[in-house]
Amino acid sequence: MTSTNLASPHGAALDSAAEVQGRSLWQDAWRRLRTNRAAVVGLVVLGLIAVAAALGPLFLPWTYDQIDWDHVEALPPDFANGHYFGTDSIGRDLLARTLFGGRISLMVGILATFVALTIGVTVGAVAGYVGGRTDQLLMRFVDLMYSVPLTFFVIILMVVFGRNFILMFLAIGAVEWLTMARIVRGQTLTLRSKEFIEAARASGGSTPAIIFRHILPNVLGVVMVYVTLTIPQVILLESFLSFLGLGIQEPMTSWGMLINDGAAELEINPRTLIIPAAFMTATLFCFNFLGDGLRDALDPKDR
Amino acid sequence: MSAPLLQVRDLKVHFQVRGAGLFAGTQALKAVDGVSFDLAAGETLGIVGESGCGKSTLGRAVLQLLPATAGSVAWLGADLTALDKTALKAQRQHMQIVFQDPLASLDPRMTAGDIIAEPLRNYHPDLSAVERKDRVKQMMDQVGLLPAMVNRYPHEFSGGQCQRIGIARAMILNPKLVVCDEPVSALDVSIRAQVINLLMELQSRFNLSMLFISHDLSVVRHISRRVMVLYLGRVMELADRDSLYAAPRHPYTQALISAVPIADPDKERAKPRVAVNDDLPSPLNPPSGCVFRTRCPKATEICARVSPPLQSAGAGHEVACHHWRD
Amino acid sequence: MSVLDIKNLTVRFATADGEVAAVSDVSLSVGKGECLGIVGESGSGKSQTFLAVLGLLAPNGRATGEVMFGNTNLLAADEKTLNGLRGDKLTMVFQDPMTSLTPHMRVGRQLTEVLIRHRNVNAAAARDQAIAMLRRVQIPEAERRFDMYPFELSGGLRQRVMIAMAMLCGPKLIIADEPTTALDVTVQAQILDLIRRAKDELNTAVILITHDLGVVAGLADRVGVMYAGRLVELGDVRQIFNAPRHPYTKGLLACTPRLDDTTVGTMPTIPGQPPNLQRLPTGCAYHPRCPAVMELCRVERPPLLATPTGSLNACFLENAS
Repeated sequence: MTSTNLASPHGAALDSAAEVQGRSLWQDAWRRLRTNRAAVVGLVVLGLIAVAAALGPLFLPWTYDQIDWDHVEALPPDFANGHYFGTDSIGRDLLARTLFGGRISLMVGILATFVALTIGVTVGAVAGYVGGRTDQLLMRFVDLMYSVPLTFFVIILMVVFGRNFILMFLAIGAVEWLTMARIVRGQTLTLRSKEFIEAARASGGSTPAIIFRHILPNVLGVVMVYVTLTIPQVILLESFLSFLGLGIQEPMTSWGMLINDGAAELEINPRTLIIPAAFMTATLFCFNFLGDGLRDALDPKDR
Repeated sequence: MSAPLLQVRDLKVHFQVRGAGLFAGTQALKAVDGVSFDLAAGETLGIVGESGCGKSTLGRAVLQLLPATAGSVAWLGADLTALDKTALKAQRQHMQIVFQDPLASLDPRMTAGDIIAEPLRNYHPDLSAVERKDRVKQMMDQVGLLPAMVNRYPHEFSGGQCQRIGIARAMILNPKLVVCDEPVSALDVSIRAQVINLLMELQSRFNLSMLFISHDLSVVRHISRRVMVLYLGRVMELADRDSLYAAPRHPYTQALISAVPIADPDKERAKPRVAVNDDLPSPLNPPSGCVFRTRCPKATEICARVSPPLQSAGAGHEVACHHWRD
Repeated sequence: MSVLDIKNLTVRFATADGEVAAVSDVSLSVGKGECLGIVGESGSGKSQTFLAVLGLLAPNGRATGEVMFGNTNLLAADEKTLNGLRGDKLTMVFQDPMTSLTPHMRVGRQLTEVLIRHRNVNAAAARDQAIAMLRRVQIPEAERRFDMYPFELSGGLRQRVMIAMAMLCGPKLIIADEPTTALDVTVQAQILDLIRRAKDELNTAVILITHDLGVVAGLADRVGVMYAGRLVELGDVRQIFNAPRHPYTKGLLACTPRLDDTTVGTMPTIPGQPPNLQRLPTGCAYHPRCPAVMELCRVERPPLLATPTGSLNACFLENAS
């Protein structure tokens, strides 16, 4: 081989048949994230809350909509009858309701964000990469949607499609994708002028192939950070809609509704406010810590 | 003698640039303004010029990575500018590009193996993953990379090695033409020679044609058979390497060559210098007539009126100057 | 008498992966009216050496040793003393003039501020002196350029402004770090002429840091070659170019393409990659790439010693013969 003289002189030492495993930027980021205490604590606490919300209600003696007919009143915590956090004003188990509410809140948060993610990333990447008239059209549509008031939009959806649990995901997702689309478009625009995109074009890549192979993996970092910041935002939005009576309906519940109910009884029975509020605040905090940690871990300045 | 591989005729690339102010109209920035040349199989044409002379734009327009405003780029006799998307994609596998910035031209999220394999995936989707990996490893070996590094990521390589990855990607389809856009400018001196040798070796092994774009006249002298000097999007001089460097005819080429520092204290201090002022005119508003006249020591009244055509100044030597005989 | 005297300068950076020595035990000096060229590749420590001299290291960097500028040890001086010297007796010209000039201030004001701060002159006198200096660096229409913003000037003119600023207060030493790397060759030649004139007319000492051997050949009186944070050879410019002693210097000269070189075919190369400072080879840092490597080089680091011709060289080959 004539080119062996061009090979690295370290070749001799490294020239084993075994392939060396590389360390991807994702692995680097994960390594950095693990050294960030706040983010790790956030991740662990979030995991615990999610598991408790998903599986907890199965192991409780009471369900979220069951009224304890022996005590149709707010009871303090009592281990004897299985109301570990007490009951609400009509005798439903507060722990069961809090965990079930967490299920709904997290589900709305995650699913609606997922809807926003899918639409937002697609629109943003296409607008940014294709550019020209497509970009103009898509972005003016985004501007238009921005100007529609959220509550008005949700009410119209409710009137047209009727009240529906799924509608909630769609409605919130349909609003949250706008910002995602703008962020992804901006990122795509900077990526598009990079030489490796030009290289991909020169090596015969089609537009979809370039978007999927090169654009998306490279915007994913920013998107992930934004997702961790969007989920708590959606959870808050859901509680706001529920407060207006446009969200979840009794006897189903969410953290937002529980807090709303608890606020009404703040003076007599602060427990009914504090417990769901503590869960919700902890979740929001954890998401924010995680988002901060992710942003530091994915920060390109260290690359 | 067969027809040249590549025939570029009167190629123009104009960009529409918005003027200052809210309601200002657009202006044409003539990045490449009427460039013609031929390239034979296995030949290297060096393209030199200072920043803003349009050399990179020219390279990209030849590959149809930028749309040509006018003129033709004929590849084996067929005009590339007239092809539709599918036909162009089919032609594109014969012509590849190597970029200046080794790291920026590699996708940071992909392994070296995936980067080199990308053209294969686009043009030979029928290859199995194993076959593809084999060809990638073969190519890595040919460009002086250890095939065992196939799963490493760009940030784990040095600049010189990244450039080898970029070269491997360009070479894997066995192209007939490679456009090298300042391929060694971002590299350390000791790595530069390695990469130049690699390019020359690959060229002779695969009978490649090369457009070697660089601002470094010393590097271009070493690697090119013919050299084209660009200034503000136009050809100033086009000649065989030795003829151009030994007897430059155009005042701009003379100034360029005399300005290149030579790594020899006695020669460097003794050599005469053709002085030109350093006020590069705005490419949006190039001088009338000869575009170089505002900096030219030989400029006369005719230069402002008549744009000098490329004229023969000896065998294989063309120059665009009214006063090249002086 | 030397203007700047560096003794045993070491620069270390604290990084996530531990401490890294970017500059190790560098000693050199430069005299009045002398131009010292510093040559090296990326990671050779050539820029960090002089950022340390100027007190401009990144926050995670720490310099030890002694840097005497006149009677002041710059490494021990406080920020106020340094500020008094920088821009006055000790000035610098960097690679990218666009980032070294403040974008939102007119060129003229940036020049006059230097004079007002260091020379305590009034605004009118400062303006006159500044315009005179702009003329001196051959900026056409100096009065008009005086009132322009940096972005309105071409790269070459901006670098002229930087040189004018560096020369305003009659400095004893100008440190120029890759002053022409961002410029085209025709402009580069003129900027180098300017630096040469500053050196000859004002008797200023100049330190010229560059990776371009041609630039050094034209301007420097003495040349230091750095590799992996250490000075490996230091000598008279003609000795370095015509009779290099260190294998790295020889290699660099051989693999630099020259315009006057008519040979074709394979170029001589230095094999391998520039060193990674975090994983320096044992012994002589150059040994994995050196064609003349001996067993000793792998274990022990060659000291920088005087040669019979008066230059300094860090290679066992030299010391053995």
